Amino acid sequence: MADWTLFEVFVRSKHGLNHKHVGSVHAADAEMAIENARDLYTRRSEGVSIWVVPSTAITATASDEKEALFDAADDKVYRHASFYELPDEVGHM
Amino acid sequence: MQRYDDLTELLLQLGDSAMVQAQRLCELVGGAPALEEEVALMNVGLDLVGQARNWLEYAAERINDGRTADDLVFHRDQSDYRNLLMVEQPNGDFGVTMAKQFLFDSWHYAMLQSLSDSSDERIAAVAAKSLKEVTYHLRRSSEWIKRLGDGTDESHTRMQAAIDKVWHYTFEFAMPAEYLAQLEADRVVPDASSLHQRWIGTVTSVLSEATLVQPEPAARNYLSGKDGLHSESLGYILAEMQFLPRAYPDANW
Repeated sequence: MADWTLFEVFVRSKHGLNHKHVGSVHAADAEMAIENARDLYTRRSEGVSIWVVPSTAITATASDEKEALFDAADDKVYRHASFYELPDEVGHM
Repeated sequence: MQRYDDLTELLLQLGDSAMVQAQRLCELVGGAPALEEEVALMNVGLDLVGQARNWLEYAAERINDGRTADDLVFHRDQSDYRNLLMVEQPNGDFGVTMAKQFLFDSWHYAMLQSLSDSSDERIAAVAAKSLKEVTYHLRRSSEWIKRLGDGTDESHTRMQAAIDKVWHYTFEFAMPAEYLAQLEADRVVPDASSLHQRWIGTVTSVLSEATLVQPEPAARNYLSGKDGLHSESLGYILAEMQFLPRAYPDANW
């Protein structure tokens, strides 16, 4: 099983709109990955739809890029929408 | 051998087959080829234990001699078991394990399909619930047959050997008409006479996609699960499964 592929698993819950990452499984092919994901992550009514993606297909940010990518905006508070007064009619946003 | 009415015999065959198949799967705890596969196999086993409970509770009510479903499972000897010969066979390598699972699943699926239209409401309800689970079991085992049959040279050779090894126990899947004729007439088991045809249809399509050779129809022999005439393998399974409740009848948890 050493040559099995690692797949990332995304599950959409019954009332959820988007698929959320729940974990990963090893499998020989995508079809098996779906079945393994079903058996590992959705036996207790957790979801109604599953996506599996080979882990190698995901490009991720590197942890040492954290400051450059994510901290830069912290001193520019005006970028956040917290200064606007929302009319009541807009409701939850 | 005690023989009950046809309906009770059918319930015992369904319940015992599910129970023995589940017990065989349990042997793979800690021994499956991959963690993911082990979880999947145990899920199938758990589904089958639940189904066995439903069938055997009904059987126990009909037998009505004070025994519960648990008593039927843990305190009957092998000649009183009615399971299919297929499910009691040793697991062998993973190819044999999957060959047995697939051949059983495809029979099970065809059987439950009929039973979900049963005139007996309780049978129809249990069958409809079980059919959802078994549809998945069949999908999973079919995928494995195709993956291994149409895989590498070695996996192909071993998958073919596995099918050939257990194939002769499929003679039971073509159940003699006399056993089910009355139940079919009463619509308790609708389509019983087409059961074999529907089963072989699934098998032919999966084996051909798996590039495997389908053996000739299996010849009947002197063994018969539904008559309590089992291969020696069943005794070993029951010895392991029944030891604790027989040695410690008051054991509880």
